[in-house]
Amino acid sequence: MPEFCIAGVAESPLGHVTDQSEPSMIALAAMAALDEAGIARTEVDGLFVNYLGEEGSVQLGEYLGIEPSHADSSDLGGGSWVGFIGHAMAAIAAGQCEVALLAYASRQRTLRKRSRAHVLAPPPPESITAQFDQPAGVPVPIGHFALVTARHMYEYGTTEEQLASVAVTGREWARLNPKAWRRDPLTVEDVLASDRICGPIKKLDCCPITDGGGAIVVTTAERARAAKRPPVGIRGWGESHTHWHPHQRRDITSTAAVRSGRLAYEMAGIGPEDVDIFQPYDAFTITPILQLEDLGFCEKGAGGEMFAQGHLRPGGKLPAMTSGGGLSYTHPGAFGIFLVIEAVRQLRGEAGDRQVNPAPRTALVNGIGGLCSYSSTVVLTND
Amino acid sequence: MTDNDDILDPTTAAFWKAAADGKLVVQRCAACGHSQLYPRPFCLACDSTDLTWAETPGLGTVYSCVTVHLPVRADLPPPYSVGLVELDEGPRLLAAVPDDAAIGDRVAARWQPGDGGARPVLSFAAVGSLANAAEVVS
Repeated sequence: MPEFCIAGVAESPLGHVTDQSEPSMIALAAMAALDEAGIARTEVDGLFVNYLGEEGSVQLGEYLGIEPSHADSSDLGGGSWVGFIGHAMAAIAAGQCEVALLAYASRQRTLRKRSRAHVLAPPPPESITAQFDQPAGVPVPIGHFALVTARHMYEYGTTEEQLASVAVTGREWARLNPKAWRRDPLTVEDVLASDRICGPIKKLDCCPITDGGGAIVVTTAERARAAKRPPVGIRGWGESHTHWHPHQRRDITSTAAVRSGRLAYEMAGIGPEDVDIFQPYDAFTITPILQLEDLGFCEKGAGGEMFAQGHLRPGGKLPAMTSGGGLSYTHPGAFGIFLVIEAVRQLRGEAGDRQVNPAPRTALVNGIGGLCSYSSTVVLTND
Repeated sequence: MTDNDDILDPTTAAFWKAAADGKLVVQRCAACGHSQLYPRPFCLACDSTDLTWAETPGLGTVYSCVTVHLPVRADLPPPYSVGLVELDEGPRLLAAVPDDAAIGDRVAARWQPGDGGARPVLSFAAVGSLANAAEVVS
């Protein structure tokens, strides 16, 4: 097996993007990531995308002038790009490609793609969703995360204050990140006082909707020899999914991260005690709590308390959401690619004011997708 | 329910036909007794393909519930409450629950006719508020 690495990462323009299209945002990020990797655009032979329309890799390949020997447009929700790292490793190991480009962009804030009408467009009438879920009027996706939150509060005593402390944690990091969308000071009281939207979830328990995108280059250490920035090693990876409809999961407070995390830890030969920084997927405040627990950083049910005690804030024992996370930095519909970009920057020691010090050696990144349905975990190191 | 619904998903036609009669049915495995919803052509517990439909009393327990404060549909002004209800037979269903419902509450299923020939709509009422647990309100 070759030694796998991330040889380049880049964000596209973020926030409110009025001077680029989605493909052009990807092109800008891809060229910057490939420049870091010291690899030419025409050397890309693996293309991994999601949410770029029908036959997404085909459309993007044309735009970028890339004719890959391995293509993957798997829809694994917001965690797809963490998952694509493993898919790319498998493709490279099988000899199907050598230089994998993972990409995403969305202008959903500017284009208002996630307007109410879009989110609630009815599923096909023959689908199980239309028959068994939609009549109840549960908003998607927030209603499903609210049901998970309510059950977690019931089973483990998690409080709305603890949930709010997740948003505050992200904001404290975002205040150190000049690219973050939300940078105003935030308190637990502010979150609790924000408008109630669904069940225990209030407005500031939710990520914003922004524009944004990014690119990641996955290749072998051999091919990354000309990289301009230090490549980051990929030591472990795993993925799994558990369900699609909320009524089909017996324990909705337990996620596929239990399995994807175990696979990633086993492959890397490490445990949670070896992790220096953690990048969990945070679309709503409940999700980092679930991931903390399911990835073994605390007992099941203790995630809210761990956030409330400040252990994940700047200066804490397990720095997490160090970009500001989906809750404060950016969330253009899918956040997975940004988790990886931030972990790489932290491991290289180039995260500016928010750099974890001393520079971390091992990062754990966890992407989720669907309605707490999918999870992918990756272990990255700088040694 | 319309004939068209049967064509759209033939595997659930029996469920919706029972619903139109005010009954809540689950798919039951003749081999191991496991109950499941939504229906599949095999038993999730034992893989048997010997499956039947069984009527239930429609009694269950609230597994999780929330109040929705944002508008989802024009015919459903917020706030309203929805929940995942676990039937005593095991399967869970997502449906309206009483506004003061809490996790652990006992509830009973009821069907209301859908508008304009649409499928019947399921909701759960607090146990004790209905003489008949699975009652047609029409």
